[in-house]
Amino acid sequence: MLAHFILALRNAGIPASITEYLALLRGMKAGVADYNVDDFYHLSRAALVKDERHLDRFDRVFGEVFKGLEAPEGEGFDTLVRQLPEEWLRKMAEKLLTEEEKAAIQAAGGFDKLMEMLRQRLAEQKGRHQGGSKWIGTGGTSPFGAHGYNPEGVRIGQEESRHRRAVKVWDKREFRDLDDSVEIGTRNIKLALRRLRRFARQGAATELDLPDTIRSTANNAGSLDLKMVPERHNTVKVLLFLDIGGSMDDWVKLSEELFSAARAEFKHLEHFYFHNCPYERLWTNNRRRRESEVSTLEVLRKYGPDYKAVFVGDASMSPYEIVQPGGSVEHWNEEPGSAWMARLTGHFRRSAWLNPMPQAGWGRTHSIGLMRQVMEDRMFPLTLGGIEAMTRELSR
Amino acid sequence: MAGFRSTENYIASRDLEVAVNAAVTLQRPLLVKGEPGTGKTVLAHEVAKALGLPLIEWHIKSTTKAQQGLYEYDAVSRLRDGQLGDERVHDISNYIVRGKLWEAFAADRQHVLLIDEIDKADIEFPNDLLLELDRMQFFVYETKETVVARHRPVVIITSNNEKELPDAFLRRCFFHYIRFPDRETMERIVQAHFPDIKQELAREALNVFFQVRGVGELKKKPATSELLDWLKLLMIEDLPPEVLRSQDPKVAIPPLHGALLKNEQDVHLFERLAFLSRQRQR
Repeated sequence: MLAHFILALRNAGIPASITEYLALLRGMKAGVADYNVDDFYHLSRAALVKDERHLDRFDRVFGEVFKGLEAPEGEGFDTLVRQLPEEWLRKMAEKLLTEEEKAAIQAAGGFDKLMEMLRQRLAEQKGRHQGGSKWIGTGGTSPFGAHGYNPEGVRIGQEESRHRRAVKVWDKREFRDLDDSVEIGTRNIKLALRRLRRFARQGAATELDLPDTIRSTANNAGSLDLKMVPERHNTVKVLLFLDIGGSMDDWVKLSEELFSAARAEFKHLEHFYFHNCPYERLWTNNRRRRESEVSTLEVLRKYGPDYKAVFVGDASMSPYEIVQPGGSVEHWNEEPGSAWMARLTGHFRRSAWLNPMPQAGWGRTHSIGLMRQVMEDRMFPLTLGGIEAMTRELSR
Repeated sequence: MAGFRSTENYIASRDLEVAVNAAVTLQRPLLVKGEPGTGKTVLAHEVAKALGLPLIEWHIKSTTKAQQGLYEYDAVSRLRDGQLGDERVHDISNYIVRGKLWEAFAADRQHVLLIDEIDKADIEFPNDLLLELDRMQFFVYETKETVVARHRPVVIITSNNEKELPDAFLRRCFFHYIRFPDRETMERIVQAHFPDIKQELAREALNVFFQVRGVGELKKKPATSELLDWLKLLMIEDLPPEVLRSQDPKVAIPPLHGALLKNEQDVHLFERLAFLSRQRQR
């Protein structure tokens, strides 16, 4: 049951490990969770999630996994019923019911009666049930189950309460804003910047200035006088290749702004533009494109392999533009785009491609697949998470 | 076992209680994140108070090294003593300066150790503390001794999310994200801090506060600590609650707003919005 939960979390991209799983089990053994669903939710969240961006995903998975409890089928259900302790049912019902509902329950013979009925029904019932007015299942008017109308009802798992009578914490999904797989908007530009800065800043903050130490120790008649210098921190050099024209313009502006804002942190930052796919010529100023053209070979010669190359583009074009000589939409190219890309990625030790298209749609465009192959899978979405993955890739 | 619960001065949500108790029971560090001003650092003080344990605080700066938490070998003063012919120079342990972790390990009773703002330090900092926090022991190379914790301290770590923490480090911690309290919780927090505040003033102040927080584009949203500061000011000035409700168009923004809004762009933004809404009302 719990192992299944961990697997579901891992499938959802939450990096829960064995260590954390064991910590959760030990916590339950030590009685931290106290046979209470909410406490179990809190405990498992504290033990398994280590990043607030994953909290929303965790809530979703928790809801799904524990929906499994409510829609049981066959064998597993019977064993489950036998194991349901009364304390647990009572606590759960207490959490689920509001004051008015509790009052309404008194009308039906009180809490104990309700619990007694629930246990009986659970024992009688075999399999999943939908509709009707007695059995536990979904969509009925029986006091038990989900999506029902009985105010005395005990809700056993449901996406979100339809009548707002009993909303579980994990159904509320309060951490939605913290999820990092949304595209960059004005709201989280600041965070993206911070990611980029982190990328630029590496190493310790101070280092020993040996020549100065020797000199001042000598001046000091031999007693030691240490001299420290602040370390040069911005050693990262970046070449930015931007796809310009058509649908990309907004994104280019955004990514240019992003990198320029982080510019002070980089030792060097240069922009180059291309259209759809880099060929033998790039340009440095889009408005005066003809005058500012540079040969790609020239770029390769001028900037050493220690520069990190970042391509920004949607990589959505005709596949011929990548694989075919003469495939470019603008001019006759002697060599295919893939050859030039191979030259660029081969020359610069670290390179990555940022793609503003939503990652879910990448599979539908053939040329994106091609470009990913060329980039050896180092293509990242233009999201906070993507930028982070990119910086990690580039600074490895 | 004496568990951690909300106290008179500190209102903790249920999930925070569970997280703290889990960390204390299983003797693992608790990593606390959250918006600035939601009481991350105060939590450590309250946990120490609730468990009746003394607190050791280790505030991290950008230049802090993990080693400084264990011990430092003061080679410079030893060299100087050597040059001056001091007797102390023959015993190296005279030059070992204990750090906060050592202090907590060597103490003859359990301590609460707060490692504050761990994200300020260098990116390698958490990695350098992995073994020390896991096994609660470390080795002193200079004197060839192993320092083992006599009582495993309760470790509370806070982070403002300026740097990503390494996975290996996270795996050893429990994690809690302090959410911004809702209105109901906020009322309890205010009540806890100012038991003798006038109900009406508290209500009006909270109205204004949540209104300010509701403004979308604020650079720095005021948090719990700002609200408490502001309330204290309001009480000292002894302003009548009516002032907060004032419809006077000349008073565009809340009185003593300096406690709530921390930069001039926000003040401008708020003035403009307040002005617009007043105009609409007329």
